[in-house]
Amino acid sequence: MTKKIDLRGYSCPIPLLRTRDALVGCDDLTVIIDEPAARENILKYAASQNYKVDCSDGKEEWTLHIVK
Amino acid sequence: MSTVWVIVAGLAFGLGAVLLVQAGNPGNYGFCAACHLRDIAGALGIHKTPVLQYARPEIMGWVIGAFVLSKTSGEFRPRGGSAPLIRFLLGALMMLGALVFLGCPLRALLRLSGGDLNGITALAGFLAGIGSGIIFLRNGFSLGRARAISGPIAFAGYLPVIFAAALAAAVAAGASFLYFSTKGPGSQHAPVLISLVAGLITGAIAMKTRMCLSGGFRDYFLVKDTSLLKIYGLLFVSATVANMFFGSFKLGFTGQPLAHTMHLWNFLGLYLVGVSATLLGGCPLRQLIMAADGNTDAAICVLGMLAGAGAAHTLNMAASGAGVPINGQLAVAAGIVVTFAIGWMFREKALVEATV
Repeated sequence: MTKKIDLRGYSCPIPLLRTRDALVGCDDLTVIIDEPAARENILKYAASQNYKVDCSDGKEEWTLHIVK
Repeated sequence: MSTVWVIVAGLAFGLGAVLLVQAGNPGNYGFCAACHLRDIAGALGIHKTPVLQYARPEIMGWVIGAFVLSKTSGEFRPRGGSAPLIRFLLGALMMLGALVFLGCPLRALLRLSGGDLNGITALAGFLAGIGSGIIFLRNGFSLGRARAISGPIAFAGYLPVIFAAALAAAVAAGASFLYFSTKGPGSQHAPVLISLVAGLITGAIAMKTRMCLSGGFRDYFLVKDTSLLKIYGLLFVSATVANMFFGSFKLGFTGQPLAHTMHLWNFLGLYLVGVSATLLGGCPLRQLIMAADGNTDAAICVLGMLAGAGAAHTLNMAASGAGVPINGQLAVAAGIVVTFAIGWMFREKALVEATV
């Protein structure tokens, strides 16, 4: 299942928790975020769960494409 | 996070805290995001406890150091608008909990490194509070989105560092509008320049590493990442060794500096801090660093902490070496109820926008 979730404006740890919830039963998730700390936390989490992440280059906003 | 930064942060905070005590700060009082802010509230006349009035430059150093790094690394971003009044209230409650224990989570660890076993009770309460806060987060708690602030009002993001710089200059100059304790803990402090430099260095490090004790436990529970906890581990070990070296390590519950032994209230005080910090997205130290980073919601939380310090001392709710007054016990109990109510009321619907 493919999902998209916009988490711009949310502060830690909500982006991580919502990403985690959204990944349940989903193997292709797109996440939009604008908090550097949240980006790092999601990348750490995805790596710990063996997901592949493609992160767009950005200065103020990032799109993470997370796939199983 | 690289191992180098873990080591740099752990040593800077651990050794820095003990060296600041050697330079003049009260016992186990090198760094404390709550007590130092409480002393600043006293210096500004927000409370009138004569022995707790000194605009501690360590805090201004944190804000300025974090701002400089944030600005030079391109991370500085003025933003805000996520339930500021609730953040103000949670900040005040977080300060109340900390002043009933007599320290923020960072000082709990520093107290333990000086042999003060009350730190264990308090840290257990803090952990339990984080656990409770996470339950609310899992059930959809959120204070809503913040948004980037652009145009002329982006200036608001600079106010914390401007205020910190002005206050640092005022305390260095001995400005007459500030209160200065002539006796008690407020009169004990390292020289201004030493405090300020220690704050500048550790503030930049806290910005770089995103140090946060509640975040450290959260990272461990959620993603098994231990880099933040390793910083606090090294901080504890280096501060303990330094305390032993200087002869300031004294193991036990009683006779500890700026501490009491009412275990239930040490536990519940930091329990309240743990719940509040989890709902706010960061412990008191992290709120100060985020405020420096352009987060005006965190700045509002810091203002709430200052107001909380004022209320705690004006209404006889704050603890002292003699223990926790009944007002403080009632206030912490009420504060826990209020945080639970906030955690329950502010739930959002699912955020998933599109499912294909």
